[in-house]
Amino acid sequence: MKLTQLSLFLENRPGALRLPCQVLGQAGIDILSLSLADTQQFGILRLIVKDVERARKVLEEAGCVVKATDVLAVEVPDRAGGLADMLGAFEGSGLALEYIYPLVAGHRGKTAVLLLRVEEPEKAAALLAGRTVRVLSREEAFEAVGA
Amino acid sequence: MMTPAESRVWDPAELLPRDRLALLQLERLRGSVARAGITPFYDAALSRAGVAPADIRTLDDLQRLPITTKDDLRAHYPLGMLAVPRSEIARIHGSSGTTGKPTFVAYSHADMQVWSGLCARFLVAGGLRPDHLVHVAFGYGLFTGGFGLHQGIERVGAGIVPVAGGNTPRQVTLLADLRPDVLVCTPSYALHIAEVARATGGDPRALWLSYGHFGGEPWTEEMRVEIERELGIQAFNNYGLSEVIGPGVSGECLARSGMHVAEDHFLVECLDPWTLEPVPDGDVGELVFTSLTKEAMPVLRYRTRDLASLDRSPCPCGRTGVRMSRVVGRSDDMFIVRGVNVFPSQIEEALLRVEGAAPHYVIEIARPGTLDEAVVRVEIRPRDFSDEMRQMVALRDRIDHEIHSITGIRMTIELVAPNALGRSEGKARRVIDHRRAGGAAG
Repeated sequence: MKLTQLSLFLENRPGALRLPCQVLGQAGIDILSLSLADTQQFGILRLIVKDVERARKVLEEAGCVVKATDVLAVEVPDRAGGLADMLGAFEGSGLALEYIYPLVAGHRGKTAVLLLRVEEPEKAAALLAGRTVRVLSREEAFEAVGA
Repeated sequence: MMTPAESRVWDPAELLPRDRLALLQLERLRGSVARAGITPFYDAALSRAGVAPADIRTLDDLQRLPITTKDDLRAHYPLGMLAVPRSEIARIHGSSGTTGKPTFVAYSHADMQVWSGLCARFLVAGGLRPDHLVHVAFGYGLFTGGFGLHQGIERVGAGIVPVAGGNTPRQVTLLADLRPDVLVCTPSYALHIAEVARATGGDPRALWLSYGHFGGEPWTEEMRVEIERELGIQAFNNYGLSEVIGPGVSGECLARSGMHVAEDHFLVECLDPWTLEPVPDGDVGELVFTSLTKEAMPVLRYRTRDLASLDRSPCPCGRTGVRMSRVVGRSDDMFIVRGVNVFPSQIEEALLRVEGAAPHYVIEIARPGTLDEAVVRVEIRPRDFSDEMRQMVALRDRIDHEIHSITGIRMTIELVAPNALGRSEGKARRVIDHRRAGGAAG
């Protein structure tokens, strides 16, 4: 049910983002989704790839600082209010949602798949059970993005 | 972890009672002033000061002698300060030239004997025994570190792996395969070795090393704790500079509460860097050395620019030589940001207070408008990296807070990738001052 995300430390200088992308490209590893958090001085690049171990290896060999964390892939109805419904599940639960970004939209014509970074993925999955949303398995998530 | 052997003393002179030491120093000082007077530089300087060797009646007369600076040595480049015929030179070494034009120093055969004996002193004081094997990762060459320590180890009769600097992965392999007991290098390089050992999947604590002698650059007590933790060893400090003789000027005993100065070969003063008046014992001042026995290139009251304090209280080890503190800064490395004096060692202390912040950093100072701006670039460690922005911002803010609380000024903190700043086997370059012409210091 969890997907492994790779996070990279990026210095704020020209070429900092291109390097890891180039390294993955040369290794033939496709980036399925990404999110970039930035401050004035540095950034954090978060990546979803299929072959996590190999990606990590080539990135570290290229001198990148890489950290693997688990994220939840959640399929939500692709309609107005779909995301609000999902977030409603967490209300009052004390669950900390760190960040969220999309894996794919317009999946099967009517849903979107979102990636959630939460402190307690199991608890989040339990809270989402019985809602109009669905926590995807690793395989389902890769299938949704055509990988 | 093995602990070093019982305290031993290499040279009985280390235990000389103070009154007998003073007599020896006075006699040697007269000789040294006479030898220095052979050189045109000191001949002129001594006559300007109105002092002749015969005027040296007590050790207090030292203060009548002229001061020597690095600029004086540069002005007499390359060998203008030589006090023996060229044919008597046994060795030439040089300063690294980190703060400008390099300077050369020469040794006679007798100087070489004294020097290797002084290195043997601090090595033995820190537990070196003839049955030990020592990995020397100092550069061999004009830098006094490599050859100085090498000769000292040889005098003690211990084994040597003269690896010299560079190729850290290979150093790690040799440390694992040849199983040396002792590591000799700069403190920052010791940490780098530990980092590389870890990065290649090894455990630096599992190496056979039981202790290390570190020198060649200033370091902090916090760094000692880190080296000891990372490598699972005891870390000893030693001090020296090529202009005085090289390593061996002072070194720690097992008490590790200051470095005993080899006072039978050097007189040490601790002076206010602005007034050149002596500071009270325990106060930080600039160390000034006068050689007592050097033949080839004697120095009178040489200003080291190294800031430290002196401790004349008795040491449990029985050595009578005054103890100097670790070097807390350089009187020329000190930088002034918005009117406040700052030392790189303060930045180091702040970084080490922040759990997880590596002691690898560079301070860049510029004056883009009318105000000074200082940027501290700090390498993050892989284990401190988080995918959560708030954790990273919190790390940066903690560093910011500590630097502000120690120095009293706000600096811009920039987190950079590990190894982005590079390492040196010699002296780490910590301060880049863009305000100065030429741009560099330290």
